[in-house]
Amino acid sequence: MESLQPISGPWALIAMSLKVTIIFGVLVLVVAYSTLAERRVSAWIQDRRGPNRVGPFGLLQPVADGIKNLLKEETLPATASKAFFVLAPMFVLVPSLMTFAVIPIAAPLPTPAGIVDMIIADVPIGILYVLAFSSLAVYGVVLGGWASNNKYAFLGGLRASAQMVSYEVALGLSLITVLMMSGNVTLTEVVWQQQQLGMWFAFPLSLAFILFVISAFAETNRLPFDMPEAESELVTGYHTEYSAMKFSAFMISEFGHMVTASALMATLFLGGWDLPGTWDDAFWHEGQLIRGFTQDGVIVLANPAWWKTVLTFGGFAIKTSFFMLLYIWIRWTLPRFRYDQVMALGWKVMLPTALAYAMLIGGTILVLDEVGIRWGFSYGLALTAVSGVATAGFVFFLDRGRTIIGAAGQSRQKVSITGISQPATAGD
Amino acid sequence: MIEVLFYVFAAVALGGALGVVWAKSPVGSLLYMVATLASLACIFVLLEAHFLAAIQVIVYAGAIMVLFLFVIMLLNLGHDYQRDLKGGAFSLLSFVIIGLMAGVLVRQFGENAITEPTAGGRAIDAALAQHGAVGAIAQPLYTTYVVPFEITGVLLLVAIVGALVLAKKGGR
Repeated sequence: MESLQPISGPWALIAMSLKVTIIFGVLVLVVAYSTLAERRVSAWIQDRRGPNRVGPFGLLQPVADGIKNLLKEETLPATASKAFFVLAPMFVLVPSLMTFAVIPIAAPLPTPAGIVDMIIADVPIGILYVLAFSSLAVYGVVLGGWASNNKYAFLGGLRASAQMVSYEVALGLSLITVLMMSGNVTLTEVVWQQQQLGMWFAFPLSLAFILFVISAFAETNRLPFDMPEAESELVTGYHTEYSAMKFSAFMISEFGHMVTASALMATLFLGGWDLPGTWDDAFWHEGQLIRGFTQDGVIVLANPAWWKTVLTFGGFAIKTSFFMLLYIWIRWTLPRFRYDQVMALGWKVMLPTALAYAMLIGGTILVLDEVGIRWGFSYGLALTAVSGVATAGFVFFLDRGRTIIGAAGQSRQKVSITGISQPATAGD
Repeated sequence: MIEVLFYVFAAVALGGALGVVWAKSPVGSLLYMVATLASLACIFVLLEAHFLAAIQVIVYAGAIMVLFLFVIMLLNLGHDYQRDLKGGAFSLLSFVIIGLMAGVLVRQFGENAITEPTAGGRAIDAALAQHGAVGAIAQPLYTTYVVPFEITGVLLLVAIVGALVLAKKGGR
């Protein structure tokens, strides 16, 4: 039996450098392959083949793309402001790769020298760190658009700044319910409280989950929210003037944002690395790694093992990949919003809903605590019921009888107007 | 290590502050300002005020400065910028202000510099241990100082309403 102490001394330094190297390397690799995944999935959705020439199943395509981008000519528009033009891709790349540092990726790993937490930096401000860096990412996009001295790029940058500021509000407000549930902002504690509750926050906070996913799509500038680079209106928006590796930096950071946002959604709402059951639970409580408490509040010590770390990392990877797939799937399914629709959705729907929902969940938590229900499965069930009603109301309101009542109702309408193909009611 | 980092971030903060004044284009000024705010946040982290650091970045660097950037770009400032704030009187005024600040700092830290943790510092440590990084600020804010806090909120609301009224008047 190894000691259940956190790793310390020179071994901690070695463990930390290994963690930083491995996690960062894997992150960059995942980003590279998600570009391939996007092209293959889009091909699959559109009944094409996609890139399949370079290596088996096209697996070396990201390498070929990388070489191509390195060897291409770097252009610098004559009227661009040089310093900002060069700085912008860096400003957008660094925050997108740095946010991953605070996300726990697996159960703690026991080594002969002590226990290693599977997180680069367990900072006491957790989620706020992520918000801070994602709010800095907008500078790169805006500056890139402005420095290019090109009207399309400029409009893209303007749109990016307005859109990101608008949706950050809804993002933050939907996070408040998660913080109320977990009682702390560190992501390890968010995972731990989901383990204690016996269910992932996606169920008791279903509406916050939906709002967060929508806001995260807007924050990452992905379709249907890719107004800053809407190619049918703005050429390619803020990176119109960029070529070669600078353009590639914008692409890498877009996918880096997607991976981080996916990992964040998995951590906040799908339990992070948690797998069903209490066998894998682990949390540092007053210097001890515990699995939970008995009915009388006695500490049950955790029993970390390397296979638990591997299994939980697998769980985390699957959840994150699910959200990555969702990103790609939605991109090739939904058409783009109009810009005024994006703004109306952000300020007139998302913000009031998130605010009202935070009040609702706060009130429910207050009532449940007053009644004296213990933090556990029945607590979660009560919140799930309340949230379910709120979510149903929200979806019904947003849908306005278009999708839920279904195509059947619309096709009946069309039949009554015989002969003339009427455009659907989409524009109003 | 912490001392070295402090001097690095302090140098960046001061350099950024000088850059705000010296930069030719408003966008350059704004970026220097962001650099200053970010390195101040780093200094807050060195002081173990993690929450303040996060709020500094989220609110100032992430929201307010983005709005500034938005306005600068929307009004298309900065292409033929006039040096209207750099006259002789202003530089004289700035030297006077710098001198006064330096005097205050020397008076405060020159002779009786604080080396031991004070009672206030120990209270902050205790609050951090008990409530966590966010709770240490939220607890007094929403209990002891709830009335000033709410009054500040009302003040901001009044300012927003006032700005809206002014904007509406101008539009007619």
